[in-house]
Amino acid sequence: MAEEVKLMKGNEAIAHAAIRYGVDGYFGYPITPQSEILETLMAEMPWEKTGMVVLQAESEVAAINMVYGGAGTGKRVMTSSSSPGVSLKQEGISYLAGAELPCLVVNVMRGGPGLGTIQPSQADYFQTVKGGGHGDYRLITLAPSSVQEMADFVGLGFELAFKYSNPAIILADGIIGQMMEKVVLPPFHPRRTEEEIIAECPWAARGKTAGRKPNVITSLELDPAKMEENNIRFQAKYRKIEENEVRYEEFQCEDAEYLLIAFGSSARICQKVVENARAKGIKLGLLRPITLWPFPKKVIAAYADKVKGMLSVELNAGQMVEDVRLAVNGKVKVEHFGRLGGIVFTPDEVLEALKKNFEL
Amino acid sequence: MEVNEIIKPENLVYEKPRLMNENPMHYCPGCSHGVIHKLIAEVIAEMGMEDKTIGISPVGCAVFAYNYIDIDWIEAAHGRAPAIATAVKRLNPDKMVFTYQGDGDLAAIGTAETIHAANRGENIVIVFVNNAIYGMTGGQMAPTTLEGMPTATCPYGRNIALNGYPLKIGDLLAQLEGTCLVTRQSVQTAAAVRKAKKMLRKAFENSMAGKGTSIVEFVSTCSSGWKMTPEKANKWMEENMFPFYPLGDLKNKE
Ligand SMILES: Cc1ncc(C[n+]2csc(CCOP(=O)(O)OP(=O)(O)O)c2C)c(N)n1
Ligand code: SF4
Repeated sequence: MAEEVKLMKGNEAIAHAAIRYGVDGYFGYPITPQSEILETLMAEMPWEKTGMVVLQAESEVAAINMVYGGAGTGKRVMTSSSSPGVSLKQEGISYLAGAELPCLVVNVMRGGPGLGTIQPSQADYFQTVKGGGHGDYRLITLAPSSVQEMADFVGLGFELAFKYSNPAIILADGIIGQMMEKVVLPPFHPRRTEEEIIAECPWAARGKTAGRKPNVITSLELDPAKMEENNIRFQAKYRKIEENEVRYEEFQCEDAEYLLIAFGSSARICQKVVENARAKGIKLGLLRPITLWPFPKKVIAAYADKVKGMLSVELNAGQMVEDVRLAVNGKVKVEHFGRLGGIVFTPDEVLEALKKNFEL
Repeated sequence: MEVNEIIKPENLVYEKPRLMNENPMHYCPGCSHGVIHKLIAEVIAEMGMEDKTIGISPVGCAVFAYNYIDIDWIEAAHGRAPAIATAVKRLNPDKMVFTYQGDGDLAAIGTAETIHAANRGENIVIVFVNNAIYGMTGGQMAPTTLEGMPTATCPYGRNIALNGYPLKIGDLLAQLEGTCLVTRQSVQTAAAVRKAKKMLRKAFENSMAGKGTSIVEFVSTCSSGWKMTPEKANKWMEENMFPFYPLGDLKNKE
């Protein structure tokens, strides 16, 4: 059977993918530019089809704690929001990480700080990959650059979250959330049965059955020696994720003399920049991190020996560029180009910035 | 009666509840939390629901409730227990779900979560321990602290002009369509304990019958925070707390 191709917004794709992937619950609070996720779910009424629970919470704080509760019972649960709302979720995300619970968060970023603007931005990079909440924790961060990836990363996000018992986040922006593209939705998965959940999540709080100890979901440990042990365990897990789960895409990098590093919607624009540059005889390539954490530092470090310069192109004042510089460790010049506050750069602007920074 | 007589099974008048374990409790002597834990353990066991019950413990003195009652637990962030319980119950409708919260947790930082869970009529039980003070952090003012009552952050007594009025959150919750039972109980005498247990059982039964949110408020003491002996604290509670937070059902829908 031919795959059915549909035309929809990135936000809608997330909602449909969630239903099809067999997600048990979604909890959210409206905020532009991601409200279509909750709206689509409410219109689809998945509780009648798959039994999926969808609830409009009283706040982002409540929504992330609903996710914490659902995840604590071993269910596949998710929430979505945009920048100001994701700030409110940080306490809950820290608790999820501290209790080692799997879940999926979606941030369709808009310009800040503060209430900012509803236009697209990538200014929550630091918040997401450096730990927006308190404590030493990491979020598995997937950065989609197409509507197709919005749909695909729902499944991938849950897969990684459950594999490592850790929250995962899709870090998109207003462009990817709002633009319409063709998409092939994932096939239908039934939701897991009670037995399957218990088998996959023996730690879950589902009612203490005879013969086992109580399951307690908590991030609290007052004994500092034990709390250090917990932290060491988390760090070992994070190293394993860094070892195994780095994802990125290379575009015309083989013979590149200069490299653009960009994620999400910026990477889409940068593809055009690469084409335009090559038409003018500049050997330019694009490296697109798909996982922002774990960051593809090894491959970027390897390119530092091959290229003459790198430009980190971001819809912010220079955030990912710090990780690129750490990876490159001074071996090659790394510069940043960005627009701020919801303004999106054109391919010409990026090419001009490249030429200026590297005197081409 | 001789000791060997007393320990005969036929002379047994009281037992430690089956679901309470041997872990030494961290509560101060005379604290209401211990008695309320015991009632919860008894009710769950008597209903035969231990394999279906999920408790949500708060941030507050009862944060370690999970160390004492052998059921499955989820430990909440400060004030968020009703949101957590909402999802646990909606995703697992066959489970019996309750939160256990102090007055700071439920009526200050978690007011929004409390009111909205109750207003949605979530089929959960909220056990609310109102000791008019923040026990865990060392006796600071709570939303329920009485006028004139001294605490670490109102050392000269709660001043209405400065701190506002003590919050009768139980009365507020009773106004919401989503609640089916809002009752105020205490545990300072054997008679009060018996009555409280009856209402607690009703609350848990309501949650499984899908009747909406049940809230059992326990007007309680905090002898450490109040800086009184347990005996004096009980007396002070009867004389000062009960007139402002009168015991009885604020709402009991049949
Ligand atoms: C977000 C957050 N703010 C503050 C605290 C500190 N804190 C811990 S317990 C508590 C008050 C608890 O008082 P109450 O809910 O009345 O319970 P009690 O200890 O009296 O049983 C506070 C403020 C915290 N843990 N988390
Ligand atoms: S501080 Fe107060 S509430 Fe906490 S255990 Fe002691 S008496 Fe009980």
